Amino acid sequence: MTVSPTLDSRFREAAAAAGLLDVAYDLIDSPIGPLLIAATDHGLCRISFDPQPDREAEWLAQTFGVRVLRATKPVEPAHRQLDEYFEGKRTRFELPVDLRQSAPFSREILKRLARVPHGETTTYGALARAAGRPQAARAVGTVMNRNPIPIVLPCHRVVGANGSLVGYGGGLERKELLLKLEGAIDNTLL
Amino acid sequence: MALVRLPPFESFYAEHRDAVLGELRRLVGHDRAEDAYQETFLKALRAYGSLRHADNLRAWVLTIARRVAVDQLRRREASLPDPEPATDTRPAYAELGELADDLPRKERAAVVLRYGYDLSYAAIGAALGSSEDAARQAASSGVRRLRRRMQ
Repeated sequence: MTVSPTLDSRFREAAAAAGLLDVAYDLIDSPIGPLLIAATDHGLCRISFDPQPDREAEWLAQTFGVRVLRATKPVEPAHRQLDEYFEGKRTRFELPVDLRQSAPFSREILKRLARVPHGETTTYGALARAAGRPQAARAVGTVMNRNPIPIVLPCHRVVGANGSLVGYGGGLERKELLLKLEGAIDNTLL
Repeated sequence: MALVRLPPFESFYAEHRDAVLGELRRLVGHDRAEDAYQETFLKALRAYGSLRHADNLRAWVLTIARRVAVDQLRRREASLPDPEPATDTRPAYAELGELADDLPRKERAAVVLRYGYDLSYAAIGAALGSSEDAARQAASSGVRRLRRRMQ
């Protein structure tokens, strides 16, 4: 007895429409590989690279509540805006984000990060200074590394004081690709 | 926060959806199973966040499915047209449904499921949220009541 795709997706979308989900997620394709995107009622809460759906669902359940279900509708705005971003047609995301689960310092840093414009870069130290914690560059690095919503919260735009890319939660190649896509670094230099 | 660690609803759903659909097709038929399927998993989802246990989720969701099926059968019977006494081509459960109309709720469900749908007492117990024995008892006291009425 196998459930047909129509019946299956009818249930998923009904569940989302009824407001019964803690988290809805979907798997999408992008030029930097498959992505998992997830949202709560409060906004986008997760983007992950090379996702292992079972592990991600487990994390989402522990973090936001067990009613986690794959459903396209709630993450459609994020999906569309990401497509536009990768096509070079969008330089700003207009999406609410859910950072309730982040610690206050992380939240503060991530909010400042969200204001770093497309096509520009900043440094770990500059973000720390902007947050009034000039000694906290290393802590800022940790926050970037654990950024739950990369791309939309553009931690790829944060580089070392000497201009080196330093690191990226999704791997350095992705950081490079994103910065090239935005024209922040020269295609020919790297 | 739940006291127990439940799997994400997605894993629970993926693991049990085929079994639920199978059970519903058996109980209400192929055509009506899809609505019952939706209803079952929406009910499960509603209750899932406050579940106090994580064991035997299969039995838990099948119980919900059976209750949904019973409700659907009841609604269907309630909307059946007046009986045509001349030729009776209706399935057993339809006739039983009418006969058993005035029985107390549990007895009626037990009689209809047992003699109309040929369900086991265990399945009936699960559907009614009671034990196998209680289901057997409800069916037999329902039958006694029907007999008295027909005399």
